Formats: sequence, C-alpha cells, structure tokens
Amino acid sequence: MILPYYIIIPLLAAFLISLIAGKKDNWAVILSVIAVSALLILSLFSFISMRDETITYSMSAWSIPYGIVLVQDALTSFILVMVSIISFTSLIFSIQYIRHLSMDWKYYSLFMLLVTGMNGVIITGDLFNLYVFMEIALFSAFALVAYGSKAEEFEAAFKYAVMGSVSSFLILAGIAVTYSATSTLTMAKVAEVLPAVDQKVIFWIGALFIAGFGLKAAAMPFHAWLPDAHSSAPAPISSMLSGVLIKALGIYVMLRIFYNVFNAPEIFMKIFLVLGTISIIVGVFLAIGQWDMKRLLAYHSISQIGYILLGMGIATPLGILGAVFHLFNHAIFKSLLFYNAGSVEMALGTRDLRKMGNLMKLLPITSQTSLIASLSISGIPPFNGFFSKLIIIIAALQAGLPWYAVFAIIGSLLTLASFMKVQRYGFKGETAVESSGNKIGWRMNAAMITLAVVCILASLMVVPGIKEVTLDPVVKVIADKTEYIQLVLGGMNGN
Amino acid sequence: MQQNDGMTLIVKTVTRISVWMILLYGIYIIFHGHLSPGGGFAGGVIIALAFLNVLLAYGRKFTSDWLNIGFLHDLESASATLFLVIGILGISIGGAFLANFITKGELFALLSAGTILPLNIIIGIKVGMSLFLVAWVLAGSKTVKGE
Amino acid sequence: MIVYLLCFVLLLVGLYGVLTKRDLIKIILSIGILGYAVNLLLILFAYRKGSIYPILAKGKEVSQMVDPLPQALVLTSIVIELGTTAMLVALAIKLFEKYQTFDITQIRRLKG
Repeated sequence: MILPYYIIIPLLAAFLISLIAGKKDNWAVILSVIAVSALLILSLFSFISMRDETITYSMSAWSIPYGIVLVQDALTSFILVMVSIISFTSLIFSIQYIRHLSMDWKYYSLFMLLVTGMNGVIITGDLFNLYVFMEIALFSAFALVAYGSKAEEFEAAFKYAVMGSVSSFLILAGIAVTYSATSTLTMAKVAEVLPAVDQKVIFWIGALFIAGFGLKAAAMPFHAWLPDAHSSAPAPISSMLSGVLIKALGIYVMLRIFYNVFNAPEIFMKIFLVLGTISIIVGVFLAIGQWDMKRLLAYHSISQIGYILLGMGIATPLGILGAVFHLFNHAIFKSLLFYNAGSVEMALGTRDLRKMGNLMKLLPITSQTSLIASLSISGIPPFNGFFSKLIIIIAALQAGLPWYAVFAIIGSLLTLASFMKVQRYGFKGETAVESSGNKIGWRMNAAMITLAVVCILASLMVVPGIKEVTLDPVVKVIADKTEYIQLVLGGMNGN
Repeated sequence: MQQNDGMTLIVKTVTRISVWMILLYGIYIIFHGHLSPGGGFAGGVIIALAFLNVLLAYGRKFTSDWLNIGFLHDLESASATLFLVIGILGISIGGAFLANFITKGELFALLSAGTILPLNIIIGIKVGMSLFLVAWVLAGSKTVKGE
Repeated sequence: MIVYLLCFVLLLVGLYGVLTKRDLIKIILSIGILGYAVNLLLILFAYRKGSIYPILAKGKEVSQMVDPLPQALVLTSIVIELGTTAMLVALAIKLFEKYQTFDITQIRRLKG
C-alpha cells in the first residue's frame, strides 16, 4: 500500500530538515532532493502500473463511514505525476537560485510542506481532510511568497493570506452545509446521499464551493491576489504556485467535487463556461499591457486557467480531455517560463522587459527554452499547447457553443501577441545589456532543459496508442461522474 | 525604566509561583486528553502560556537565559518527527498509518486508549513549543514607530 | 431559524470588515470574526434539542449527546485559525517594519 507515503515522505523530510539541517544546511538540499525524487518515482510508477484501477486506503484502519479514506485513481495519479515533475525541477532550480537569495534550510522545509499539502489534497477522499491539507499548502505558500523579505513580497503575501483565509472559510462553510445535509464527509458517501437532498441545498453548497475554490484557482472575478503573489515570490516558488498549486487546490478539487460528487449539474457547468471565457479574455488583455515579465506570466495563468475551466464547462468527454491535457501542459510551460524569468532576473537583476535585450548571446539556454515555452503557450503546432487548445475549441464547436470557441481563439491569438512582445523586447531586444555577474549554473539549466523536453514530448500524448494509456483513463474517471461511488465503496468492501 | 527589564516586583513574584501551577495544569490537561475535554492541543497552549507569562513578567533577556531557545526548537521538530514515527510504526505493526498497536486498556483508566496518550503528549510538546516560539519571534520585532 | 440568520449576519460582519477596513490589524480581527461565524455554524448544525455535551463519562448515555463530529472539526479549524492569525500578524509586523504604518492605503507598491 503506497498511498500514505505520498504524505509521509514529504512530511518526514520537512520535519527532519528542521531537526537536522538547522545545523548543517547541505542536509536540507540532500533530504529534500531524496524526498522529491522518491515521490516522482512513486507517482510515475503508480501512474504507469495502475491505469483505471481505483485503490483506497483507510487511515488508522478505520473503515469508511468512521475514518478518513485515501483514494487513488487515474486522475489522482495523473495530477500527482504533474506535481512531482514540477516540484522536482523546481527544487533543482532552487538549489542555486535560493543560495543567491539566502542559503536557508527553512526554504526547503517549507517547500516540502507545500508538497505535502498538495499531495494530501490530491489523494484524500474526505472533504474535511482536504480542507486541512489545503491549509497546510496555503500556509507554506504564504510564507514562501514572503521569503525574499522585501516590502513588496510582504505586501503580496498579506494580500494572498487575506484572500486565502476568506476563501478557506467559504469552503469550510460549504463543508459544514454538506455535512448537515448528508451527515457524512467521505466524498463517495456524500455523492451517494446527495441525489436525495433538496436541490436548493445543493445550489448553496455549489455556490460556496465555486466561490471558495474559484478564489484558489484565481478564476476571473476572484483573481485579484494572483498577479501580486505569483510575481513577488522567488521564481521556483512562482512556478510551483502558478504551475501546480492553483490547479491542485482549485481545478482538481472542482473536477472532483462537481463531477464525481455532484454528478455535474447543468447550472454549474454553465457557470464554469462563463467564468472560463471571462478569465480567458480579461486575463490576456491585462497580461498584454504588462512590462514586468513575471507579472505578465502571472496574468497569463489566469487566462490559461480560463481554458481549463472552459473545457470543464463543456462537459463532453472531448472537452474534459482538453481540460485535463491543458492542465498538464500549462503546468509544464508556465513553470518553464517562470524559470526563464527567474534566470533572467538573476543574470540581469531586472524583470522589466524594456531593460532586457541581447539575451540570445548572454543566456543561450534560457532564450531557447523560453522560445519553446512561448510557442507552446501561444498554441503553435507542434507544441503541446496547440493540441490541448485545439481539442478544447473542437469540443466547444461539437457541443454547439460556437461563441465560446471564438473567444477561445481570440484569447489564443492575444496570447501569441503578448509572447511575441516578450520575445521581441526581452530576448531578442536590441538594447545591449550587461550581465550583473551572476552565472546561471548547470542545475538551473538542467531544470529548464528538462521541462522544455517534457514540453515537446507531452504533445505525443494525443497520438493514438499513447493517448489510450495516458489521458483516456483520466478522462474516464471524470466523465463517469458518480461511478466514483462504486469504485471507492466497492473497493472498500473487497478489502 | 529600562526596556526588557520586565514588570514590577509584584508581578514577578506572583509569576514565580503561578508559572509552575500553570505548567502542571497544562500537563494534567494533556494526560487526561483521552478521558475529558482538552488533550494535546489545549494542554500545549496552556504550557505555552506558562512560558509566555515568564516572558511578559521578566522580559526577554531573563527568559532566554532561563530557557534554551535552541533546545526548544529541536524539541519541536523532534516531537513532530516522533509523531510520524509512531504513525509509521502503526503501518508496520497495526497495518495502517497511525493505526493503534498498543493494548487499548480499560475504559476511564489513565493508562488506556492505546496510542492516543503518547500522541497527545507529543502534540502537547509540539504545540506548546511552537506557540511559545511564534510569540517569542513576534515579540522580538519592533512595532513602535520611529525606533 | 433565527440563530442561523444571526450566524449568517456574523459572517457578513466579518466579510464587511475584511472588505472595508483600512487597518491591517482590523482586517486580521475581521478574519477572526469570519472564522468564528463558520465555527458557530458547524456547532449549530451539530445541535440537537435537549441533548448534552458529547463527553463519554460514567453514567452518561451516548444516545442523549449532540453530534460530536462537528465539534472535532471546530477544534481542528480553531487550530488552523490560530495558524492563520499568527501568520497574518507576523506579516503585518513585517509590513510595519518596512512601511512604518498599518494603513493599507499607504502600503501600495504593487499595482496593475
């Protein structure tokens, strides 16, 4: 039974780091690298070996109505693989990047807690347990945003913390209403009881959850905290937050709750469609005017989250396929872009696109990988972003929602425009700039190259034959909706 | 009056006597966590408050002489690690993470309820130390304008 | 019904504070009120008329007790709230060190 180890390994690493590495800083790096690579191997192994099985694990050996249950199915392992890839590369990137800020074991300890929180949210099958793990992830995220100890970072972290706590309380209120309506907190049990519950109560719960998790995912009306928090954090943390945190805490949970527990009610799907489209258009318009590179990327996160929500809202298997595929792709290329921004910031000491230029010569690897990532995010074939956006647009057309498809295409074109701006001013600019003397080490380069390779390889996931083993089981879990009940509870009785 | 010198003699004298009683009460709450309201968290908070009382009455310098802050840090991380170790022992002996592997004992007896008592003690230490250290760190920063 | 409404009013008071107050400390207190409202909601959902506290002692029957699970949830959520408050206070203190003020209208380096 490997399920609890997704939580135990990073948690143990976090505590051991604070115990041992308080005296010796190098131990922090070694311990956290060991932990994250173990998680990567575990999650890859379980993703490949499981396919469409569902495994459950009862914590403390208490069976389902009493205890907390951990559930791993294809969707879970898919998101776990995504988190592990990004956290592994982020950690490798951090080793040098953080040393240039300040060498500190606290960073690694918080980083491992962040991974713990995300893994916990992904793997748990219990609503309140999800809330607790979400708070663990958020606390470490607040602290990591403020890690650089500059005035802006504290400001961003405070804003993030206020918004995060408000949304957490909305979610807790939602959980309270759920419990009062169904008398259980295990998601599968809730799903079982929910059809008998009054429709109005379900709207209440859904509204609270959309407000709460929408804030976490930074969908459009709830986006205000994201650009500050994600652009102020250290680059590897920006990539963790933008790449996986908003997805694990926002999108994944919404997929799980609204599809597997609520059985995808029509009205919430419409809300997703509208939220997604607004996010796509407004996010990209806000992004295009930015000159701060990381801020521009942060606004693009809102826009790309919009695509995922759009795919979720279409609610046909093809739309879900697009959403899930874009989820993965966005994690990869957005993290890569944040690494690029981090290494540019480290080498030049600025994030302002107008002060950059001449980077092709100065930072060849950074420029090349950023080109790949930019083409990916703007949806240029044959990179992965193209396929996922194409699938979402086709799905929208097939579902008879041509206007949404048009908005998605407009959003994609504007994304292309804003990344041409990044490339034109930032990387290919004419201005001759001096390097501030900080060399980009092999670890940072390795992290960027790894993600660039994944970026190209990920487009293979739509090839028939590979698609059947990677994306299709994931889509099946979501599209089967409340089959989840039988899978979880049935597996329970078998044990 | 100098700063960091603590409060008046009256407060100091009362604190000297009361701090041990508060500590004892915290320990009592922790040890009866499985029988009555309270438990690791509540008891830990009371322990932290005892230390905090000393910090308020005697000032920062005396407290850092009296308590070894670095040791408290270690104790905090060690208790967290110990909690996980007990959880992992639960996997190897009891079959699931945090499963009970000690005899459950008799209802309403002090030494009963399996692993809950040791876990309560660990949580008590962890909460007490971390809450005190949080307050310690926050109290160390300057919040008066123009200093 | 009226208690639920009052609980909702408390939640709105907290939300109002978060949205309108300009002092960092007052915002933190408003978040606290928001948290209390949600905790109160949980406890109210657990209440059954005429029941007693859910503590097992000699001579007490389980059937007469209120639902203990939300109370356990509230304890956990109080712990989390403690963490949130400590984190927010720490950030507020750090902000004060940088800006020499608790007024959010003067803490505006990030915009756009």
